[in-house]
Amino acid sequence: MTGNTIQLDKNGNLRHFLTTEGLSQSLLQNILDHAESFACVGERAVKKVPLLRGKTIANLFFEPSTRTRTTFELAAKRLSADILNLNISTSATSKGETLSDTLHTLEAMHCDMFVVRHANSGAAHYIATQVAPHISVINAGDGRHAHPTQAMLDMFTIRRHKQDFTKLRVAIVGDILHSRVARSEIHALNTLGVLETRIIAPHTLIPEGVENLGVHVYHNMDEGLEGVDVVMMLRLQRERMRGALLPSEQEYFQRYGLTSKRLEKAKPDAIVMHPGPINRGVEIDSSVADGKRSVILQQVSYGIAVRMAVMAMTMGRSSEDMSESK
Amino acid sequence: MSDDINVKELLTEMADAIQAHTNTHTYETPLMIGIKRGGAWIAKQLHKQLEYKDPLGELNIAFYRDDFSTLGMHPEVSPSQLPIDVNDRHIVLVDDVLYTGRTIRAAMNEIFDYGRPASITLAVLVERSGKELPIQADIIGKTITLDTGEHVKLSGPEPLALEIKITG
Repeated sequence: MTGNTIQLDKNGNLRHFLTTEGLSQSLLQNILDHAESFACVGERAVKKVPLLRGKTIANLFFEPSTRTRTTFELAAKRLSADILNLNISTSATSKGETLSDTLHTLEAMHCDMFVVRHANSGAAHYIATQVAPHISVINAGDGRHAHPTQAMLDMFTIRRHKQDFTKLRVAIVGDILHSRVARSEIHALNTLGVLETRIIAPHTLIPEGVENLGVHVYHNMDEGLEGVDVVMMLRLQRERMRGALLPSEQEYFQRYGLTSKRLEKAKPDAIVMHPGPINRGVEIDSSVADGKRSVILQQVSYGIAVRMAVMAMTMGRSSEDMSESK
Repeated sequence: MSDDINVKELLTEMADAIQAHTNTHTYETPLMIGIKRGGAWIAKQLHKQLEYKDPLGELNIAFYRDDFSTLGMHPEVSPSQLPIDVNDRHIVLVDDVLYTGRTIRAAMNEIFDYGRPASITLAVLVERSGKELPIQADIIGKTITLDTGEHVKLSGPEPLALEIKITG
């Protein structure tokens, strides 16, 4: 499911945004540069540009989400697009409609873009293979596979604070096993050329073969945080856990929870990130989540700018490129 | 072919004309905004010569162009910068070449998304033939008549030079 063949059109422009894996450094930087321009739009009196006026975007959420869905919705609205929010889990599919029938129905309503969140890995990719040539698909999280816009908003947050990726040591802490965010972050960090990416987690929450992605694995939090510039916390995904992966949340917090004391191991100017929603007292202490070095709320604001950039780039291709067949 | 166009001289004439225009209309402390990239280069020079105290604004009209659906996302990505509130201000909008008028339409739309200015004065280095919208400049450095296929292009920022090119 790496396929740049499906993500890019024949001129190398972004057509769908399904995964950060395999995209070039210049393309990732280009997304961040565009996001920089869109971030300024959010600070104006009128927080809207007419770029996607007349386009229709469908938010297809097969899995519940608040923050991702609303930031995609705001991003679309700030680009002047019309947006449909479809909570599929409670609608057509429960009446027995197949996914491809749902898609064709939406195509018949002249939608131009699908933003897809699905519990199955590869769902957005599958949808991208099914849609008409003018339609773009953005992956808003598929199973354990990828969550590319979250990864890019994290990269944007890092760049705003730290500028040069090549000097950075980054630690990703927590439930790597179930995390599509971690996978997308690791690919993006590798491509942007960070000095080192570490993952810190108990044995049971690390997927097999993760070392092949070029990361260093730590099971001890204090050792893993030593000298890092960026700490990216992950949410403990209790709803995805089956069986006894963890002894108890209390014990998890004792070993892997980010406290002010633990944070002292990182560089004095290290920033703390979290994709949300936060489990306070499980993976992060409130004093850190609300503390000076936390950039968690900035991540939310930047998420809108990054999603605007990706929407504008995938839909803003020349008419010739948009009509080309796959 | 363009040896006879002295950009420096034109800028001095334009600065004088802008001063005269704003005096006539009693526009106090005008705010200058240049359209990226060429217009911002020109505006920088004019801003210096006119000794305006408020910082220069720069517009990147990429998000307001009317050809987005046919040409796609513009590679120029540096954001607009309007450091001063435009509400109730007299604005001097500067561009290098006034051609179809579409850029100016886009720029005015963008300015209005920042606020409601008291007035907008348009100053351009070159006005060329080929207008498609009812947009006129108040201050013009030089008017050039060109055939279709001929283009005038400003290179810069240092030195600023005008060149007429024939394409297609």
